[in-house]
Formats: sequence, structure tokens, C-alpha cells
Amino acid sequence: MTADLDRLAARLARAADDAGLLDVAFTTVDTPVGPLLLAATGQGLVRVAYAAEDHDAVLQSLADRISPRVLRAPARLDPAVRQLEEYFAGRRRAFDLPLDLRLSAGFRRDVLTRLREVGYGRTASYAALAAAAGSPRAVRAVGTACATNPLPVVVPCHRVVRSDGALGDYVGGVAAKRTLLSLEAAA
Amino acid sequence: MPLEPFEAVVRRHGPTVLRVCRAVVGPDAADDAWSETFLAALRAYPALPLGSDVEAWLVTIARRKAVDQLRAAARRAVPVAEPPEVPSTTGLPGERDGELWAALAGLPEKQRQTVAYHHLAGLPYAEIAALVGGTPEAARRAAADGIAALRRTYRGAPDDR
Repeated sequence: MTADLDRLAARLARAADDAGLLDVAFTTVDTPVGPLLLAATGQGLVRVAYAAEDHDAVLQSLADRISPRVLRAPARLDPAVRQLEEYFAGRRRAFDLPLDLRLSAGFRRDVLTRLREVGYGRTASYAALAAAAGSPRAVRAVGTACATNPLPVVVPCHRVVRSDGALGDYVGGVAAKRTLLSLEAAA
Repeated sequence: MPLEPFEAVVRRHGPTVLRVCRAVVGPDAADDAWSETFLAALRAYPALPLGSDVEAWLVTIARRKAVDQLRAAARRAVPVAEPPEVPSTTGLPGERDGELWAALAGLPEKQRQTVAYHHLAGLPYAEIAALVGGTPEAARRAAADGIAALRRTYRGAPDDR
């Protein structure tokens, strides 16, 4: 029955996509920083979530905020999975994916846009990012923007560290931040 | 409680809907009936009132899709003098449920439906009566007659004997 259900659910996801009913497609991918949940709307990648964020809770929040038409549909995430695998293998330095930033608004969204300018293997301080976003005193708000980044890894909030050189917090945990920064330093 | 992601609905209620589809249209056409049921449900899902009985809603859709399939199959059927030999329609040889589906398919329609809704889908007789017509008591009798008939015609899967 489980095999039947997997086959039927996969078939349903394809039919839903063809019928324009697949509002949110998701899959999970195993990485050196644990399983990542990837979700995409028709516009692009909308969410990357660490296991620590609780994938079921993240899916519920996508159902609440975007649409309850949420299905496991790996095909839409194929390019994202491939690029993440290349990134974790040290063979990719930048992501070339359509992004849907609708889960972030206002100043936080400005910060995410600035974040994408912090290049591979480099870091920026929360203070520098605040200045770049046009609000030098909004250091704490930059921290919040990073902590609520809906697209970690792909939008590189792991490259934002404290001015004193300490790593600072990270949505995926400090160990994951260290892993990503070491990976980028080694490649 | 807000609407769950539809994937959770598929995982929780998919097996029950598949059992209902198999019982009503047989194992071969069941996949199509199941797929049409969930695609229709996905279309309507965002407008489903909070607090709805999702399983009863799905079973209602499944019944409608299954009836559509039976009608379509009846339209395709052409009477012939000598029925040709056809491959088994009751599952793969050796599939343990094959004989059970055959026995179920042999029941009169009302008995088959009430057995499916009550014993496979777990619906109470009041809801079954709303689905198939008649009173809850009549639905209960039809299901009991169906089970009694199955006891006579179905000897059980090999590892149940």
C-alpha cells in the first residue's frame, strides 16, 4: 500500500503541475549541514529550511502564507537540488536560480538583496551590511533579517559575522555556519 | 485549525480512498479513480470550510469519480456472443488481495458499496446512507448481507488460511 501510495502521489504531483494547481512544490535534499527542505512556487525558490526549523512546521506555514496546495513534487526543485549538490561539492560559487522573495518584505528584504552581493568565500559584518542597506544604526535589524532569511544557503546569510570576528548566530545553528564558511574557504 | 498542506491530506487519507476506489471499480481502474479524486480535491481544497470532515469529503468525491468510471466503462462495453479470454482483472497473479477483490466485485452494487464504505473507509452507517440512498438501517443490512456473502465466497488470502 505504501509503494502504491508513493506512486500515486508522484503521479498526482505531475497532474497537479500540468493543471496549474501546484502552488507550492517541495522536496528534501541531504547535505553536509543535514536535510534541507526546498520549496518553490511557480515564480521560483521560495523557501530553504534546516531540520532545526521543523520541516512540518515550515510546510504548515507555507500552506498558511502562500496556499494549502502544497505537494511533494521533486521535479520543480531539480535545478535547485543539482546546484546545491554542486555547491556542497565545492564546484559552484554562485546560485543561478529564480527566487521568489515574497516571504520577506521591507527592510528585511532589502538586506536579503544586499546579502546576495557578498561573494563566495567572503564575509561581511552586521554593521557593514546595515550601512550598505542605508541604515547604519540598524545592526540589530540586520541580525533579525538574517535570522528570518527564508532562503538560507542560497541567499548567503551565513557570510554575515560579528564585527569582533565572532561567528554570530545562524538560522541553521552555529555548527552549520562554520561548515559553510570552511567549505567556501577551502574551495 | 488552519488547512494542512495538501501533501499531509494525501498521506493520511490516500490509503482509505484507494481502498474505496478498489472496492467500487476494481483494482485496475482504481488508480485512475484515485488520481481524479485527489486532483478534484486539490482544486477545491483552498475553499474547504475549516473543521470539515476531510475523509468523508474525499470519499464523497471518490464515489462520484468511481461512478463516472463505471458509466464510462459501461459505455465502452460491447455485447458479443462469446466473451473473449481476457487477462485477469483482479490483480497480479499471486497478489494476495486478488481473490478478495474478485469476491467483492461479485457482490450486488449496494452490498459492495456499503461494505466498502463501512469496512474499508470506516464511515458510519448514517453517512453511508447519505451517500448511497436509503436509511442507515438499510445500509447496515446491506453491509451485513455483503459480509455474509463474502464469508461464503471468499476463502481468504493464502496466509490467512
